[in-house]
Formats: sequence, structure tokens, C-alpha cells
Amino acid sequence: MIATTSTVLVLVALIVLVPMTPGWEKVQKSFFNGPILIKTFPKLIEAFKLNVMIFLWSAPMIAILGLLVALARNAKSPAMFPLRILGATFTDVFRGVPVILTVYLIGFGIPGLGLPRPWNSPYIWGSIALILTYSAYVAEIFRAGIDSVHPSQRAAALSLGLSEQQVMREVVLPQAVRNVVPSQMNMLIALQKDVSLLSFIGPVEIFRQAGVFKSLMANFTPYVGAAIIFLLVTIPATRYADYLMERQSRERS
Amino acid sequence: MIKKITITAVSATLMASTAFAGGHCSAGKTLTEGKLTIATGNPAYFPWVLDDAPESGQGFEAAVAYAVASEMGFANTDVVWVRSSFDEAIQPGAKNFDFNMQQFSITSERDEVVDFSAPYFIAPMAVLVGPGAVDTAPSMAALKELKWGASGSHTSVQKLMNEIVPTSDPLLYGDNADINAAIAANQIDAALFDLPTALFLSAVMIEGSKVIGQFSVDESEGGDQFGMLLEDGNPLKACIDDALAVMTSNGTLAGIESIWLQDTTGVPLIK
Amino acid sequence: MAKLKLRNVVKRFGDITVCNGVNLDVDDGQMVCLIGASGAGKSTLLRCINLLEHTEDGEIFLDGEDIAVPGLNPQAARKKIGMVFQNFNLFPHMTALENVMLAPRRVYKKSRTDIEAEVVSLFNRFGLADRMENYPDQLSGGQQQRVAIIRALAMRPEVILFDEITSALDPQLVGEVLDVLLELKKQGMTMVLATHEMQFARQTADKICFLKDGEIIEEGPPDQIFDAPTQAATKEFLMRVLK
Repeated sequence: MIATTSTVLVLVALIVLVPMTPGWEKVQKSFFNGPILIKTFPKLIEAFKLNVMIFLWSAPMIAILGLLVALARNAKSPAMFPLRILGATFTDVFRGVPVILTVYLIGFGIPGLGLPRPWNSPYIWGSIALILTYSAYVAEIFRAGIDSVHPSQRAAALSLGLSEQQVMREVVLPQAVRNVVPSQMNMLIALQKDVSLLSFIGPVEIFRQAGVFKSLMANFTPYVGAAIIFLLVTIPATRYADYLMERQSRERS
Repeated sequence: MIKKITITAVSATLMASTAFAGGHCSAGKTLTEGKLTIATGNPAYFPWVLDDAPESGQGFEAAVAYAVASEMGFANTDVVWVRSSFDEAIQPGAKNFDFNMQQFSITSERDEVVDFSAPYFIAPMAVLVGPGAVDTAPSMAALKELKWGASGSHTSVQKLMNEIVPTSDPLLYGDNADINAAIAANQIDAALFDLPTALFLSAVMIEGSKVIGQFSVDESEGGDQFGMLLEDGNPLKACIDDALAVMTSNGTLAGIESIWLQDTTGVPLIK
Repeated sequence: MAKLKLRNVVKRFGDITVCNGVNLDVDDGQMVCLIGASGAGKSTLLRCINLLEHTEDGEIFLDGEDIAVPGLNPQAARKKIGMVFQNFNLFPHMTALENVMLAPRRVYKKSRTDIEAEVVSLFNRFGLADRMENYPDQLSGGQQQRVAIIRALAMRPEVILFDEITSALDPQLVGEVLDVLLELKKQGMTMVLATHEMQFARQTADKICFLKDGEIIEEGPPDQIFDAPTQAATKEFLMRVLK
């Protein structure tokens, strides 16, 4: 009851008070321009399909590469030492560099080496930049998931005569993956947004399309339109991730 | 409504008083009394501004800026330069410049949000191609087949989509340096610029590139009219327009153009 | 010849010596109980026998063959030596049946149908036929521990190690698990138990070993250990736990 009342009060305050500010009329014209929104929205949706496609082919690759890197970092035998170093370097580098820089350097740099078309496409190398960056984060989450499986599970599985690989595959990983599903959901949401960074190397996805409209019309409303489209996707996804997180913490308690 | 009347009244009074004081059209209309604050890009590019130093008056836009200032009664020392991005130029709210000059094309849609001066230059659009496509004929049919790029914040995007209509989706970039990188990486064959910019990029920035043609400025959307951008409703616009009119009729503008912009008649027209 | 023979087994964690030269003989079909205070090294000794801990020194012979030789693949020995843990350690993402079938299927590459009859009969024998499709968190502690024992048995081990398997159970559930041990003993299974169930040890074990500070300081038949311990430490320990 108190929550409802206070929510209503805040909303009323926003709706009534903000328009009373002196700059509102201009801000409204520049950011919340109805006719411009209606005119540009369908094309923004169209451009968003490219975001979705890039997301759809990147996400599975990220999951696979992230898992491989996590396993490399988790390799126990001394012979695997180089692999561990490689995995650690990979995660350090790609978590340490801003995504946009990775997109630039890989998106322009590698094709610049002289690859023939279509193998120099910014779609390919931009996606690879996203895949590398996100794999580094996803790998760390998987690693935390692997660490979260109690050592007694490993001991029990080993005592049954299973090999190290079998223990990892059959016993540790299924539990590790389950434990980190909510965290990985959050990575997917972040990825969905970061797909827009590919616009810097050419692909006309929703952010670039909105930017074109913005320049053409000298109006920021298309950006608001793009934000609305992102929210339509990310809010349900975020809610779902929160729900999973909550359910998991309830199960653990 | 009342506010507007008040402002008009006040500015009328001001105009009257400065007129009596022997002042000029711009008196009381600039950000800082007695100073003219002009914005340019960050960085500003050749041939519009030389060495990213507009204070030198070197480069076409820098020179025009000082000429306009002088025509409006400002000494060179009264010109203050600031930097601004396109987004800063169009965002609502108070501006930190009197006018903003960085090859802004005048369009009716932009004009609803900001004000433009009369055009100070009409730039034809030109096609710059990378080393792999220098043999492309300057015809619409040949241009359609190229892999295109353009600056996402430039009016050339319209021209590309509406008139050239390439067979594959063009790639769009944030600035000219990125277009340069995309040409170097052979990700695009061609890009659309205003002609002076295209000539500069071809000569200095992009190795092996070539300007293969320009669009006639007589056609619809053929040329880009560059105007100085002002805050919507800025009364200074009238003063600037007056100054530009004088500079056009007495040949000052043409003179500056001949100094800083190279002769472009050698670039073939695209048919 | 002893089925399982430990000679001078040493295990250290850093500066702490947990097993300090343990010698132990377990004959075929024998049930040996390790008793002693918490921290005496009982659990670690069992983990060493199962090669879950690598030993710093000593030999562990299974049928006369040293399985603790460094560099040897521990899998071969573990197939023959089963282990059941204090906290059951069932795999929570698998049903009871899947828990039991995992190792035979993966280690011996047997198909589900190959082993199904045998596994189901094990569930029947230990009164869990109606629980096979349940996940561990749907079972009581006693049921989980019985599933864990079935899981070890499904590999047809020659020796089973039991690490305080009733310590985590509610008192009323202890009996059902001890009954399973009795049943196994009757069948002649070779077993080594670390246990605090003194009554059970006395009645059932063939041999009792008392551990203190990583050493077996006294061993013998139950009656001798419980009624006439020769060592002061044994006496003192028994006084404390049997009070």
C-alpha cells in the first residue's frame, strides 16, 4: 500500500514537474518527438534484426569458447601448464581491453592484413571481437561455477573409477553450468547491448541507423526509439535472470 | 508568450541603444558582448581548417569565419574559438557558441531544430574509391555495383540510399578516419564525401585511392549547401546573412574559395 | 596373503603429518574398523588407500601389488576399491538410478540394459526399489547413504572403504545403514571402516585398529581392544567414548 502510494506520487511528480522545467519544451522536441518516433520506429525495428542476428550467431560461439577457456584454465596436470597460461592470458587480455577497442582493432586490423572478400567482412571480424571479449568473461563465470562444485563430488566420482575427463564432463560440469545460468543470462543481456558496438566498424545496426536519423533530422528521438526497442527485449530477459537467481538462492538455503 | 514579448522588447531596446552608440548589427546578440564565439569540429580537418588551428585563419572555413567576423565589425582578436561535436551542436539547451561551422549541410529537417545561415559554400558530392576500384567508370550503373561506405552523420547517406541505391547494403561509419580504415581493409570499395574532403582524403590520407567523379550540383540533392549552424531563433542569423550577402556580391567569398579549395573542374561529372 | 596391505604409509599436508608410517593388514572378507578421535587420521588413511590423496612414502598393496607407485594410473585400483563417504556425495543432478549406473556405464562401457537387472536387484535388496527415480534431495539421509553404498557396489569392488558413513545421519536412521554393512559382511565383502559406532564395531568387526596422531598404536580383536587395551591412550579414548 505504501509502495503503491509512493510510486504513484513519484510518477505524478515526474509527469507534472518535469514538463514545468524551462527547457522541457525544447527537450521534448529533441528527444520525445512523436512524429519523428513514428516515422523512424519501423526502420529501427528493421535495423534491430541485424542486432538479433549477430547476437544469435555469437552467443553459441561464446558459450563454446568460454567453456573451453574455462577448462583450459582448470587443467590440472603439469603437462597442461602452457594451456593454463594461455587461458589466463586470454582472459586477462580480453577482459582488460574495452570492447570497443577490441572491435576496432580486430574489425579493421585483421582484414587490413589483406584477407580477400568476403573473409574480411566487418560482420565476421566484429562478431569475432565480441566472441573473444565475451568468452573471456563467460570463461571466468564458468570457472567460478566449476569451483563452486564441492570437491567431495569430484572425490566421489574419482573413487568410482571415472577418469578426470569423465568426472569433469559427467559430474562437475553439469552442476557448474546449472549454478551459473543466472550469471550467464546477465552476460547475454550485456552482449545484446554490446552488439551495437559493431556499428563503429560499418554494420548498420539499430544504433547506427538511429544515428543516421539523428543526423538527418537533427533530433535525438531516434535514439530514444532505439532505447525503447532495447528495453522491450532486455527488461523481460533481466526479469527472467533475476527470477532464476532468486529461485537458485531459495534452493540453496 | 509574455516571455517572448519581453525578450523582443528588451532586444529592441538594446538594438536601439547600441545603434545610437554607433555599434553594429550583432551588438547585444553574442554570447559575450564584443566577442564572437565560433565553434568548429574536434578535430577540424583540411582543407576547412589547416593543422586543426582555426585561430590562424588558415583553411577555407577559418578564413570565411574571420571574414564574416570582420564584416560584422569584430576585430580578429575578438574571435573566440570553441570545439563542438555535431551532437553538441544540435542538442537542446544553451549553446556555448554563437555559430558553429563544420561543413553542416542545410536540410529542412535540421532547420526545424536549429537555424542555419545562408550557405557559404555549395559542395558537390564526390565518389572516392579505394585502390581496388580505381577503374570504375563514373556512371550510375557502375557505381551501384560497388561496396559502399559513408559517414553515418553525413547527408551523403541520403544520396547513397535514394539515388545510387547500391546492390549491397552500405556500411556506415562514425568519422572519416574509420572510412579510411575500412577502405584500407578493403571492406568497402567507395565512399561518398563532399568534393573538397574527398580530394583531400585521396591526396593525403588514403594511399592509392582516387576521386572518380562528382555529382552535378544542379541536380536535386546534388550538392551540399554548407551553412553556419545557430541556436534556433538566434537573432544573430540576420547579421551573418547580411555579412555573407556582402561577401558574395563583392567577391570576397569567391576569393577565399580560390585560395583554399582547389579547382575541381578536372573531376568528371557522374552521369 | 593379505587382500590389502599397508606398509609405512606417510601422508603430510604441508608441515602436518597426518599419516605417520601406517602399517595395516586386511585379509580377504575381513571387516576392519579404524577408531580414534577426530583428526587422528582415519579419513585421510582411507583416502590414501583409494588414492584420492597421494602418499609421501610407503606402499599400499592390493593382492600383493603396490598401487601407490607414483605415476601409476589410479583408475585401475579405484575400480577394485570402492568408497562411501560421510556426506553421501551423491550427484545431485542425477536420479538414484543414474547415480548408480554412471560408473559401470562410463568405466566399463556397459549399456544401460546390460547392467539394469543387476542394479535394480541391488536397489531391491536394500529396500529402495521405489526410490530409484528420485533425485538425492528427495531422499532421506539414510536412503541417500544406502544409494551411495549401492553405487559403490555396482562397480563390483573387491574392497570397500567406509568413511564415517553414519556420522551425518539422524540417530534413528543409523540402523538402516548399519544393517546394510552387516549384510555385506555376511556376503564376505572385504571392508575397512572409519567409525564412531563403537557398539557396532565391537559386535561386527574382525579387527579394531586404534589410531592416534596418524599412527595405529594398537590393534587386535574387538574383545581384546575394548576389554583389555594395552595402551594408555586407547584406554583413555575408550573411557571417553563409552561413558
